[in-house]
Amino acid sequence: MAEWFVAKASEMADGERRIVTAGKRDIGVFCKDGEYFAYSNTCLHQGGPACEGLLIANVVDIVTPDRLYHGQTFGDDMHFVCPWHGYEYDLKTGECMGDRKQKLRRFEVVTRGGDIYVVA
Amino acid sequence: MDMPRNETRPVSFEEFSTPKHLEKASEQARQRNYQDFLIVDVDSHHYENENYTEVFEYIDSPVLRREAIESGGRTTGFLNTQVGGQNIGGRITRAKGRRIEKVADASRHRDIVMTLDWMNAMGVDYACLFPTPMLFLSAHPVPEIEAAMAQAYNRWLCERVLAHEPRIVSMLYLPFNDPEAAYRTVQEFGGRKGVVGFMVTSPRYKSVHDNAFIKTYSLIEEMGKVLSFHAAYNWDDRALAMTNRFISAHALGFMWFNMVHMTNWVVNGLPERFPKLKVMWIESGLTWAYSLMQRLDHSYMMRTSDCPQLKRKPSEYMREMYFSTQPMEMPEDKSLLEATFKQIKADTQLLWSSDYPHWDFDLPSTIYDLPFLDETAKRNILGGTAAKLFNLDPKPVKRIP
Repeated sequence: MAEWFVAKASEMADGERRIVTAGKRDIGVFCKDGEYFAYSNTCLHQGGPACEGLLIANVVDIVTPDRLYHGQTFGDDMHFVCPWHGYEYDLKTGECMGDRKQKLRRFEVVTRGGDIYVVA
Repeated sequence: MDMPRNETRPVSFEEFSTPKHLEKASEQARQRNYQDFLIVDVDSHHYENENYTEVFEYIDSPVLRREAIESGGRTTGFLNTQVGGQNIGGRITRAKGRRIEKVADASRHRDIVMTLDWMNAMGVDYACLFPTPMLFLSAHPVPEIEAAMAQAYNRWLCERVLAHEPRIVSMLYLPFNDPEAAYRTVQEFGGRKGVVGFMVTSPRYKSVHDNAFIKTYSLIEEMGKVLSFHAAYNWDDRALAMTNRFISAHALGFMWFNMVHMTNWVVNGLPERFPKLKVMWIESGLTWAYSLMQRLDHSYMMRTSDCPQLKRKPSEYMREMYFSTQPMEMPEDKSLLEATFKQIKADTQLLWSSDYPHWDFDLPSTIYDLPFLDETAKRNILGGTAAKLFNLDPKPVKRIP
């Protein structure tokens, strides 16, 4: 395993990301709410650039305890979306929202001396 | 010794490049050696509405031409439209991106350059190009306008696109709500460069077995061209109007109309009347055919008197027709897909299609990576069968980046 440079922490604002070529690997590194998340940038579906699409909150159907439906809203979970076909992944886990058994490979992110590195 | 690459880049939605967007498709193409064999995409699209200024000039009727030009296009009254969030609330980012894309070769028509860009990126040699919003023109309340637009679009496509790029072919729009106009379309365009057949957009309410269409089928059969039925949905359809989400209208609609047309086609004995007519069913996936073959065969054994022209089971006729792959269902249990391939005789009757740039496009790897196909079957489905059907040169001509 080696550490691969991602960006200077000061240059990566909240909600931003970098796509890192780490040898033969293609990795997406997200900065969100003070945390870093790094995943394989290859979609589990047809191999698209999974980390290069929208970062967007989950959609929720509003169903009250009496089981009635009252429309939709955005929830509190963040997803990133493969721009090829719309496969959505949970930013915190890399799980595919259509089938949580399927996960993108996750990589560790470390910060040192103001620089961000991904371990791969 | 070379140092391993460590590069980093931001993600920007302010610019868009098709080769960049499809970089991972090109990687797949190189890894799988697509340069060694022919790949034909039998169903791809452009956005003809971006060219309406040019297309409207081809409308014959001076009155309709003026109406079209003054309308400003499909958004204001001349043409019908269809509700539906194809791009999943902006999640399919190329929908916006491609509108601002700067093409490399400004000396050629933008649609040609953009089409060749994605074809090369995926490893495609030839693509059959279809319109996008006009897939819904079948639901226009005025058949005269459908016919006028079909003629104008077909002329525009032949003169501005097909005449200038041999790697792009098309099955031209048949204005099926006006049977005489449909017949004239085949007469006028059947011999044009790049015209490999004629396409009926499926969401419509004309029965395919109507006697009014017989001479059109005869002419297409005589010409050796393909008659295709391109699926789409019509959310205004009474049954589909009960659904409230795009996923529902799309999943059902793209199967429903082709199931109805296929059933009428077979039950009314059209395969017996047109034994040499090449019929293709586009963009319904595959499970509908698997299901319908069994369903019709079951009923047929008890009700042969309902379809006295048939000399064989419905599935046997269906198995002689052609099917495009996309959007190909991918069950976890691949034995289900294998059974479907066997049922429709995929080795000789199935043709790969991408549907690019639409939201649910498929790459050639959807076929190439299937574990139960041998190399011959893969190559037939990806291009060999289409080359025979469309009379294309089987030598690969693509330039994978």
